[in-house]
Amino acid sequence: MLSILKKKRCCGQEDETQSDLERIILVGNPNVGKSVIFNHFSDSYAIVSNYPGTTVSISKGKGWIDGKEYEIIDTPGMYSLLPITEEERVSQSYLFDNDPFVYVHVVDAKNIQRMLPLTLQLIEAEVPLILVLNMMDEATERGIEINASRLEQQLGVPVICTTSIKGEGLDKLEEAISKYSFQHVDSKVVYSRGIEYAIESISSLIQDEYGISKRTLAQLLLQNDKVAFEAISQKGEDVDAIKKIIDGTEKEYNNPLNYVLTIERQAFVNDIVENVMTTGKRDVTLTEDVEKSSRTSLRERIDGLLIHPVTGIPILILVLYFGLYKFVGGFAAGTVVDYLEGTLFGEMINPWVIESFNAAVPYPAIQDLFVGEYGILTQAVTYAIALIMPLVGAFFIVFSIIEDTGYLPRLAMMIDRAFKKMGMSGRAVIPMVLGFGCSTMATMVTRTLETKRERIITSMLLSLAIPCSAQLGVILGILSFSGRALFIWAIVICLDLVLVGYLSSKVLPGASPSFFMEMPPLRLPKLSNVLIKTYSRMQWYFLEVLPLLVVASVLIWIGRLTGLFEIAVQLFSYPSQWIGLPAEAGFMFLFGFFRRDFGAAGMFDMYNAGLLSDINIVVAAITLTLFMPCIAQFMVTVKERGIKIALGMAAFIFPSAFAVGFVVNYVLTTFGVVL
Amino acid sequence: MKISEAAEEVLERMWICTNENNMVHVGLRSLGLNETSPQIQELLEIGNITISDTNASLTEEGAKNGRLVVRRHRLAERLLVDVLNTKDKYVHSSACEFEHILHRGIDDNVCTLLGHPSTCPHGKPIPEGECCKKARDELEQVVTPLSLLKKGQKGKIAYFNMKEEEKMQKMLAMGVLPGIPVNLVQSYPSYVFDLNHTRYAVDREIAESIFVRIE
Repeated sequence: MLSILKKKRCCGQEDETQSDLERIILVGNPNVGKSVIFNHFSDSYAIVSNYPGTTVSISKGKGWIDGKEYEIIDTPGMYSLLPITEEERVSQSYLFDNDPFVYVHVVDAKNIQRMLPLTLQLIEAEVPLILVLNMMDEATERGIEINASRLEQQLGVPVICTTSIKGEGLDKLEEAISKYSFQHVDSKVVYSRGIEYAIESISSLIQDEYGISKRTLAQLLLQNDKVAFEAISQKGEDVDAIKKIIDGTEKEYNNPLNYVLTIERQAFVNDIVENVMTTGKRDVTLTEDVEKSSRTSLRERIDGLLIHPVTGIPILILVLYFGLYKFVGGFAAGTVVDYLEGTLFGEMINPWVIESFNAAVPYPAIQDLFVGEYGILTQAVTYAIALIMPLVGAFFIVFSIIEDTGYLPRLAMMIDRAFKKMGMSGRAVIPMVLGFGCSTMATMVTRTLETKRERIITSMLLSLAIPCSAQLGVILGILSFSGRALFIWAIVICLDLVLVGYLSSKVLPGASPSFFMEMPPLRLPKLSNVLIKTYSRMQWYFLEVLPLLVVASVLIWIGRLTGLFEIAVQLFSYPSQWIGLPAEAGFMFLFGFFRRDFGAAGMFDMYNAGLLSDINIVVAAITLTLFMPCIAQFMVTVKERGIKIALGMAAFIFPSAFAVGFVVNYVLTTFGVVL
Repeated sequence: MKISEAAEEVLERMWICTNENNMVHVGLRSLGLNETSPQIQELLEIGNITISDTNASLTEEGAKNGRLVVRRHRLAERLLVDVLNTKDKYVHSSACEFEHILHRGIDDNVCTLLGHPSTCPHGKPIPEGECCKKARDELEQVVTPLSLLKKGQKGKIAYFNMKEEEKMQKMLAMGVLPGIPVNLVQSYPSYVFDLNHTRYAVDREIAESIFVRIE
């Protein structure tokens, strides 16, 4: 077990240290509110939203419960003990390796019929367990009543009812955790004879001890789970004998064994649910009934408008127009940035900083490093606070509101057909939309996609054609001088996106992805959650971006001192000239390599200095958008996809960006287009 | 026009040779007959076969008739074995007599009585009749892929027909199980359906592989 843990730490997925505190691990289906409970108990923050799969890696924090400190761990959602996607695998391997104080299984109360199978699996695994029926408010709204004490009796583990988002019932959960002591509970499920026989014979062959019971391990083996097989072969168990039993059992049944196990298990769940759950509105008085039904029907009507193609597409365009163009491109990139950069930093802070710094430090080289044209204070800090912060912040506010309403899964459903043509499923819409905020973050989210092929195509398109909010803000700001320029830019980027997506779906081997998604109910976003989430994302972004900007400033300083920078600019000046830009634009592309938005900001400077013609600006904006993403995203791509694929993408993106720029420039100048 | 029993035997053997043994035409000698045999003459007369050299082949009409004879023979075998409990060694000879009696509609009645069997007791396929097609269409109207449900139509999940096991595993884990009530909300651009209290969206390929019993 230790060896697996160590291996994981090397991958950088986990914290460096394993604390000595007793651990509480939150598990459960996606989108049931694990992260809300995590945030309540722990000192850390996990992002909460209304779409399945927000949490893609494990979050850890510490928290005090009834005078005792625990380590609290939030895991990505999983549907069953048998994992399919990468993030489910993360959760499963946690079960194998850990010896926690207690697992808290969080379920959506209105859907216990669907979620109790995992509870039964956890009971079979003989792990310490508390069951939390969350979202009780939504269950009550639908007229569902659950007899929790009877459920507790039937399962033999503590059952707590909560509405975590309103804080209801969390005190009871606290109490249950503090009082918890592990008691052996017998398995609630008895499978058919052939399966039980196989489980018994496999269990008797397993010699070593594992984090889960032999019964559970045997079931995973029967379903040909890779992780389970790796675990037993590592411990030197008799794999061949076990395989023989599995083969024999498979022949006995007409259907795949995981199907048989699931169906048989569900029969037990159905019995339990029938005993503890009633649906109906017996206790609700007539007036309340009317009120409630009109509320649900309003929700349903809005939902109907969102998912219907005739009304859904105009709504999507409105959301993009107001959310992205007006708010991020107009308000944040225009008003806020103008004030912060031009007035606050340009006229008030920076002149004072430069003056006082120069007075204090008389060495020109050092002066240049900190307060020169590309200095750490005058450029890195100024850009980070005055330019990037308002843009990224504005985007994340919009994104947080959209994701909390539950609109993203609906968008995924609307766009699946179109995305299929590009080798992606509708599910990829979430990283793609997030890419408009920060492509680095979006590349990390591609983990929720099911096939490797889809993950590659999505990261590729994110690198290529999705401008991040900082870049988008600057580009929209500059191109706003002419509607036609903006239109040409948007069309070229879209065409390139579709074309490259289409071609890579033809070129890359593998089956096209399937689309299957749960659509959570529409919910009203909570202001506090939107704000804290935006804050947390901004914080993450700054920790990533500010050091890189500082590094960029330092590198530019070194480059300029040694003359290397000149050579690099020279190098980039050739392709710049091929696409009709002045040689100085090489500069912009070099900056763009350090950060996308940095490049856009460089373009902003050249535009202000009057170095670019109208056509130049459009060509530069297009090339820069298609250009290699910032170094942070490149590093994440390397980490998620591997160095070979990342380099392959780079080898495609560099020349193709210039090629498209060349074609656009050629067409625009040849036809003498006036913008 | 009624074909004689001897001629029907010839059609039956020729149909099996061409359709199940992949022969293009059948040598007359292998049937133990020659051009002047009365049954061959009869078949030539009614345009069921053509002859070149010493080989005979079925015309379209002949193939149709041959197929019906085979169908009747095998249905007769089923009837003898399943209903009349006839001993193995008598089955074939009795069936040979029976097949000539099961004419014009009686075969379909027997077929319905036996529940539209698809194979004879020896495991050979029984050619389908009108009655089998009708029965299947009716069944298909009851159990249909999710993709063919009409908007707002309700039913219960009957079974899956997935090509990849992993996809099925995912659906099972997400709670899409046989017996669960399903309600189709929308079918374009993707299929949207409710199961109990959860709404799902799937693509066409998956919607085509979930079968629903309409209620």
